[in-house]
Amino acid sequence: MIYADNAATTKMSKAAVDTMTKLLNETWGNPSSLYSHGQNAKEVLEQARADVAAVIGAEPREIIFTSGGSEADNQAIRSAAALGKKQGKMHIISSAFEHHAVLHTLEALRKEGFDITLMDVHENGLIVPSEVEDAIRDDTCLVTIMTANNEIGTIQPIREIGAICRRRGVLFHTDAVQAVGHIPLDVIKDNIDLLSSSAHKFHGPKGVGFLFARKGVRLSNLIEGGEQESGRRAGTENVPGIAAMAAALKEANAKMAENAEHLTKMRNRLIEGITKIPHSALNGDQTRRLPGNSNFCFEGIEGESLLLLLDDKGICASSGSACTSGSLDPSHVLLAIGRVHDVAHGSLRLSLGEDITEEEVDYIIRSVGEVVAYLRSFSPLWKDLVEGRKAFII
Amino acid sequence: MALYSEKVMDHFRNPRNVGVIEDANGIGEVGNAKCGDIMKMYLKIEDDIVKDVKFETFGCGSAIASSSMATELIKGRPLSEVRQLTNKAVAEALDGLPAYKMHCSVLAEEAIQSALEDYAKRTGKSV
Repeated sequence: MIYADNAATTKMSKAAVDTMTKLLNETWGNPSSLYSHGQNAKEVLEQARADVAAVIGAEPREIIFTSGGSEADNQAIRSAAALGKKQGKMHIISSAFEHHAVLHTLEALRKEGFDITLMDVHENGLIVPSEVEDAIRDDTCLVTIMTANNEIGTIQPIREIGAICRRRGVLFHTDAVQAVGHIPLDVIKDNIDLLSSSAHKFHGPKGVGFLFARKGVRLSNLIEGGEQESGRRAGTENVPGIAAMAAALKEANAKMAENAEHLTKMRNRLIEGITKIPHSALNGDQTRRLPGNSNFCFEGIEGESLLLLLDDKGICASSGSACTSGSLDPSHVLLAIGRVHDVAHGSLRLSLGEDITEEEVDYIIRSVGEVVAYLRSFSPLWKDLVEGRKAFII
Repeated sequence: MALYSEKVMDHFRNPRNVGVIEDANGIGEVGNAKCGDIMKMYLKIEDDIVKDVKFETFGCGSAIASSSMATELIKGRPLSEVRQLTNKAVAEALDGLPAYKMHCSVLAEEAIQSALEDYAKRTGKSV
């Protein structure tokens, strides 16, 4: 099997599995308990907090552990909105292709009276910082822009956007779920006030993530209860999961440059090979994207059937077609970069893992070419395009 | 648990009656590219019997499987039976479809009915 869906989730690293199993077996005490068995767990927890903080240039107390990226996004945005509301600032700026954890939270806030502006992400999938600056108003309380897009992998100019927010006195949150552990991030240099991350995107376990909140940024609780996480997130901490996340992150960070170099090479080879297929196109900027991410559209075919046939060839991938989402519309990300429905239905995301080889990339290129040609061979849409009854879009 | 039944996957992987009938006397096309599904059915009807049927489909796995199964269900059958083909029969013959994929079987039914209407229009016969 060739696993090319690392943007969906990653396999846990050996370090993460070893850490987790050891703790599950040995250090299962409650970190809030005062006897040594509990305090040992507390020690593990605080070491993990320090390790995670160090990777992004934060202080340990600025990290709170969550159940994952969605919870972190919800809490960050809800907290900034609550702070804004107190000052009569009820305008939030975001982008049209954020993750649903952000967009749906903003939609809920809109119903509560907030005004939401979604920035254009342009055809290359990149937000223009000066346009964010122009959108900031006196009543703007938050700018929330993802570090890297989860479908097309484009890396946003967050440092510039953060600097603008700092200058204008607006909080800046970034959903860095796809970026942490893959590209360098520094909350100080990047001018970040709030940052969300999820362990299973960098070879950690599922169900664990963290939220960075710069000191002085008051968080509101999503989960009320005990005093865990300095009263900012109730519930007994998932110590084995959290420590496994820290282990995975430390490893990903240590190998970041090496991994990025290999992945970029493999990704470029993949892009070069796949875009040779007639009437195919790469989605998102060619270079300003995550090292392992590639995303394509193929005219005249539908994405789900493409995925099923790739699965038969042992390749795991994903698509933004409506049929894979269970809704009538294809991916909001592809629509946001201007892909029309007809083309967006035929999309394919291949997100590579660090262990991918050149031979595997060539096998993927060959397999995608075969499957696309096969599906086109009995697609009435393709026939209409080839025979000139419809115009090619890409 | 797989997304689809084995029968759906069989008809998706090895679709029956794929292609075009050059001298078809009933052709129906339903769906549109915007929705991500287009089905085209070609019928060759002789003596009120579907002598041959072929299809072309742009769509997901269940759309392709539904097209394939629908052609199997009507091939060699009298028009009186074909007329009564329902999407439910197509879905049942596939050992079921996920709820949100039932519209694929509806498209298959509509494509066949549309081809029958085309046949009626061309020949002046009522079907």
